[in-house]
This record gives sequence, structure tokens and C-alpha cells, in this order.
Amino acid sequence: MNPFYHVGRFTVMVGRIFNKPESSTMYWKELLRQMNQIGVESVPIIAMVAMFIGAVTAIQFAYQIQDFLVPLYYVGFIVRDSMIIEMAPTVSCMILAGKVGSNIASELGNMRITSQIDAMEIMGINTPGYLLGTKIIAALITIPALIVVAAFVGIIGGMLATVLSDISTLQEYERGLRAFFVPFNVRLMLTKGVVFSLLLTTVSCYQGYHVEGGAIEIGQASTRAVVLSNILILIADYFIAFTLLK
Amino acid sequence: MIEVKDLKKSFDDKAILKGISTSFEAGKTNLIIGTSGSGKTVFVKCLVGLLTPTSGSISYDGIEFTSLSQREKKEIRTKIGMLFQGSALFDSMTVEENVMFPLNMFSKMTSKEKVERVNFCLERVNLVGANKKYPAEISGGMMKRVGIARAIVLNPKYLFCDEPNSGLDPKTALVIDELLSDITHEYNMTTIINTHDMNSVMGMGEKIVFLHQGYKEWEGNRHELLESDNETLYDFIFASEFLKELRKGAGKSIKLGK
Amino acid sequence: MRDMLARPENLYMYWKELLRQMNGIGVGSLIIVGVISLFVGAVTALQFAYQMGTTFFPDYLIGFIVRDTMIIELAPTLSGLVLAGKVGSNMASELGTMRISEQIDALEIMGVNPNGYLVMPKIIAAIFIVPPLIVLAAMLGIYGGYWAAENYGISPANYQKGLLYLFDPFNVVIMTVKSVIFAFLIASVACYQGFYVKGGALDIGRASTRAVVYGSILVIFFDYIVALVLT
Repeated sequence: MNPFYHVGRFTVMVGRIFNKPESSTMYWKELLRQMNQIGVESVPIIAMVAMFIGAVTAIQFAYQIQDFLVPLYYVGFIVRDSMIIEMAPTVSCMILAGKVGSNIASELGNMRITSQIDAMEIMGINTPGYLLGTKIIAALITIPALIVVAAFVGIIGGMLATVLSDISTLQEYERGLRAFFVPFNVRLMLTKGVVFSLLLTTVSCYQGYHVEGGAIEIGQASTRAVVLSNILILIADYFIAFTLLK
Repeated sequence: MIEVKDLKKSFDDKAILKGISTSFEAGKTNLIIGTSGSGKTVFVKCLVGLLTPTSGSISYDGIEFTSLSQREKKEIRTKIGMLFQGSALFDSMTVEENVMFPLNMFSKMTSKEKVERVNFCLERVNLVGANKKYPAEISGGMMKRVGIARAIVLNPKYLFCDEPNSGLDPKTALVIDELLSDITHEYNMTTIINTHDMNSVMGMGEKIVFLHQGYKEWEGNRHELLESDNETLYDFIFASEFLKELRKGAGKSIKLGK
Repeated sequence: MRDMLARPENLYMYWKELLRQMNGIGVGSLIIVGVISLFVGAVTALQFAYQMGTTFFPDYLIGFIVRDTMIIELAPTLSGLVLAGKVGSNMASELGTMRISEQIDALEIMGVNPNGYLVMPKIIAAIFIVPPLIVLAAMLGIYGGYWAAENYGISPANYQKGLLYLFDPFNVVIMTVKSVIFAFLIASVACYQGFYVKGGALDIGRASTRAVVYGSILVIFFDYIVALVLT
């Protein structure tokens, strides 16, 4: 189908989110449920992945620089900056595109094909607001927080790998952590977090909300949600880097 | 009372409804029948506003529905209850939470009143003791009952049912039919049921609208149904040779209804 | 899982299924892996240039860093994560749908070994098709870096100098080892999740999410193991 059709339908969907909630308590409850599902339940996977990413970054940087006269404390510096600037926001959001994105798309898709969304519409509920708005806001609040956690855990992972693989001493690594710190990088990380979470939830909501057909179509929608989110996240990553790092 | 005038609906170039006019009275069970693909589901979806008709008018007790704004439509929708084919229970909520959902969204009741109302509705559909179960844990017939309880919890004036009997055994189907019929008369609702189950038609059809290829082919009550000499209707009702034989044997004196 | 090694009933059918899977996994993922690695390469170049801005590194090291980072880490691992999302959720929901709609039971009744016919070709196809995809990803990433470096004001000649600087062919071995391992992990986890689905449409969705999550975790975990063993 032609792209204008999707752009139009997407705009209508987003436009309908902004409506007065029928009952603020019910919206609030749904928001909390979503924050739990998107945020709290993703903590283990994000932490585990960040731990290993930090470790891998340390090991591989040490391997890459072994032929140079680079001081060893640079490992801490590189792990910290790579985690904050790139690995924590981007890799976490790619993982979340897989977990949260496919979850949202298949949950909404299932609600669509079993008429649960129609049932809410009949009751007079603004389904984009109640079902999609709460998910998007929940993601905007929890995902940046998850990314901060990822950055911390990643730096710890790098530290463990550095010490356990005898790359350098703990003191050297800590010295690297404190070297050349630019507070602006943290802002960069949070900007990425907000943009990426917006991208991945709206795309997945769009895919799930408009499913037609049956179980096969739900599966396809959830795959499309993951693929499109990943592509958009990396394109946005480049443009953020390009505009903010100039 | 719901009045429909010259309702048309087409998708792209394909016309599904080709001009239907009829009316559904309050306190009666109105049945829409027809073969698969006759436009029944599209017709009902247009009535409740899930689809926007291409042309024609639908009025709820004199209020023209199709030209209303989203907000005014919402107002009318809180007076509509609907039972979906697959029950459409929210699977992240328990039975009790499902029935309470419209109350939480739209009523100003205290939580004690809400619980009482929910229990009343669940008792009305003869479903006791399943309050804390999830939809995945109960049978199809029970899910239909929960669906009915949820549809009537806000005291609707209009009740729509999309194939209430699909996927149920004949005995459970009969119980659901009786329940719908009783509720309609008790609360003086305008009930519209979309079905192709001949048992329901004979059992509770106070007004029957027969759709065929996008047109209203015939309308009347269940007593008039067998008297009709409409060929298409005859083919639909007596789809099996067995029934045709039976009808020949019994002449036109088959006793109908209760 | 052991069932899938049983003797195939009809080799020609299996061969056809294998080709179909290779097409689905490989050709179907070409665009996403391509787009992503192009941008990853570009971002790596930009961010390294930015990180090194505060220190005393020569310009041409950007080419060197992009090349090595892409080959050792980003091409295999990020492509692995993306494939866990795309191919993993696809396989899980495909098999899940076949299970729920009783197609797998139907195969079994016909006497076809469903493990061998449905699961095996997917895993083999992934093992053969993912490594070339990752080689392509590395090349595109290096090209993306070149493009971004030029936009950032680093001369192409310097970038190329970096690309040729201190090349260690062993890194390509690391990349290939990673890609074979990742391919096996992604495909087998997804098939396992999809093959044993019980319930309805909702459970297919859950299985496909689980396939993606477990696939991603295993990819990252084995990334660490390989890095530890080979570097």
C-alpha cells in the first residue's frame, strides 16, 4: 500500500490520542500497569545485556590498542564514554524494540482481532488515548531511566572485565572513569533515550492497532514493529549524533 | 426505537449494503438473518458506528446518529451495550473487572455501589462464583454470559448481539437466547441480534429482517416467516433436504415458538 | 530437539524447504541489515571523532577504529540483535501459528517428522546465510563511516590510510566465528519457543517476544564469551 496511506492513518491515530480521558483514575491505573510492564519488567534483561556489553567493550578496546602506546587507564575512559554516548541508549533500545515493541504490537493486535478494541469503542472509550497514550507516556518515563541504569551497569561490567582479565588495575580503570568527563554526554544520552522510546512505542502501537486478519497477521505485525523500530532508532541515532556533536 | 433509511455502504468500489430501510422497536428482540456474506455484520457495525455508512441515515429515538460529532456519538454509545461474537472480554482483567470496566469509566458510583451492581448483573446472567477468574479460565458459554453482563451493566437502552450462539452447543445456545429475550422484555431494551441460527429465529424472533446480497429481502415476525412465499427466504430457512421433507409432510401447520 | 536428526523422508522436499528458508532469512533481512550497518558505521565514525577531539589522536585512526570496531563487534553483534528481532520473532510466530492451527499435528499424522522438516532447515539456513550477511554489514558499516567522516571534515585519503593501517586478518576469523554461533543461537531458540506454543493468538505473541528476548541475551552473552576466548 502506498506510504501516504500509512502516514495519514498514523497521523489520525496520534491525533486521536490527545483527547480528554473519560476517567482519570482508570487512565492512571493503566499508566501504572504499563510502566510496570515496560519499565520494571525490562530491568533484568537491560541490566544483563549492559553488563556484558560493558565487559566486551573493555576487552575489545584493550585488544585493539595493544599495539599502540595508549595508556591503560584509557580503557575506563572509553568504556564510560561508549556506554553513555552510544551503547546504553542504542543497544538498550534495540533490545527494548525486540521485547517491548513486539509485546505491544502483539497485545494490541490480539485485542483488535478479538474485538476487544471494538468493545471499548462501543462503550464510548477513546481507545487511542486509553490504550496507546498510556503506553507511550509510560515508555517516555521509564525507558530513559532504564538507560541510565544500563550505563551504570555497563561501566561496572567494564570494570569487572578489566580487573578479572588482568587488563589493568582497578585504580587505573577508576582513573580512566574520571578522565575527560563531559557532562554534555549525559544530556546526549537522555535525548537519545526520549527520542528512541517515542519511536519504538509509536511504531509498535501503529502496527498492533491496525492489525486485520488472524494469528498470522499478529505475528507479521510484531515482526514489522521490531524491524521498523530498529531501523528508525539507528537512523535517529545518526542524526542526533550529527546535529549534537558538530 | 432505531430507524434506518436507505443505508448504503461500499468498500472501495464494492457495494456491500445497497440501500436498506427498516426500523427496530423497543422491548422487542429484533433479528437480522442472512447467509454469510449477505452484509449482516457490516449492517450492525454501521448501526453502532464502528463503520461510517456511505449514505443513508440511522436515528436513535429520533436523534440522527450518522451526522453527530465524535463527542455526541460517545454520548449515545454509553446507552449502547454490545455482545461480540467471541465475547471480546479483556483478557488482562478478571470476570469482575471486565463487568466493572464500563462503570469505572463512566459512572460516578461509589466502589461499594459498583460491586453491588456488578454482582447484580452477574447474578442476572446466572453466573455466580466466577468473579475472580480470568477469561482464559472459563468456558465459551460462561464468556458469553460475562459479555452480556458487561453489556447491560450501564443499563443500556439498546443491546446489540453479534451471533450470540456461534461456537456454543445447542443447549447452551438456547439458554443464552432465553436470557437475551428475558432481559429485553424486563428492561424494555431495543435488542438487535445478528444470527443465522434457525433455532434462535423460531425461538425469539419478534421481528426478523432477512438480508440477501446487500438488500432487505424480507421482514416480518416468526409466524409470518413460514407463511411467506418468498423463494430466497424459503431456500435460506429450509437449507437442508431433511427440513424440506419435514415441511412437505407437515404442510403449513408446523407449530412455532413456545 | 534430537528428533530433528532423524533420517529425512524425502531429500528433495527438505532441500526445497532449505532454499525457501535461506531466501526468507537472507534476502528478507538484506535491507534491514544493510540500512542499520550503514548508519552504525556512520555513528561510530562521528562519535569516535568526537571522543578523540579532546585527546591527541591523529585523524586517520578513525578509519582504523571504524574498520576494527565494525569487524570485531558491531557488524556481528548488532546484526545479531537485529536478526534476533526479525528472524527470531518471525520463526517463533510462524511455528507457533502452525502449532495452534494444528498444522504440526497434521504433518505428524502424515508420518513426516515435523522437527526435521520444519526446524532443521531453518537452523541450517541461518547458519549458512547469516555469516555472508554479516560480512556485508561490515563492508557497509565501513562505507557508512567513510561517508560520515567526510561530512565531519576528515579527508577521504586519511580515512583510507586508517582503513589500511595495521590490519589483522584474525579479526575476520573472530567475526565469522561470532556470526555462526549467533545464527545457531537465534534460530534454535526461536524454533524452540515457537514449536512448543500452547493456547491461542496471545500465546504466539508471547512466544515470539520470548524468542527475541532470549535470543538477544544469548547473543550478547556469547559475544562476551567469544571476546574472552579469542582476544
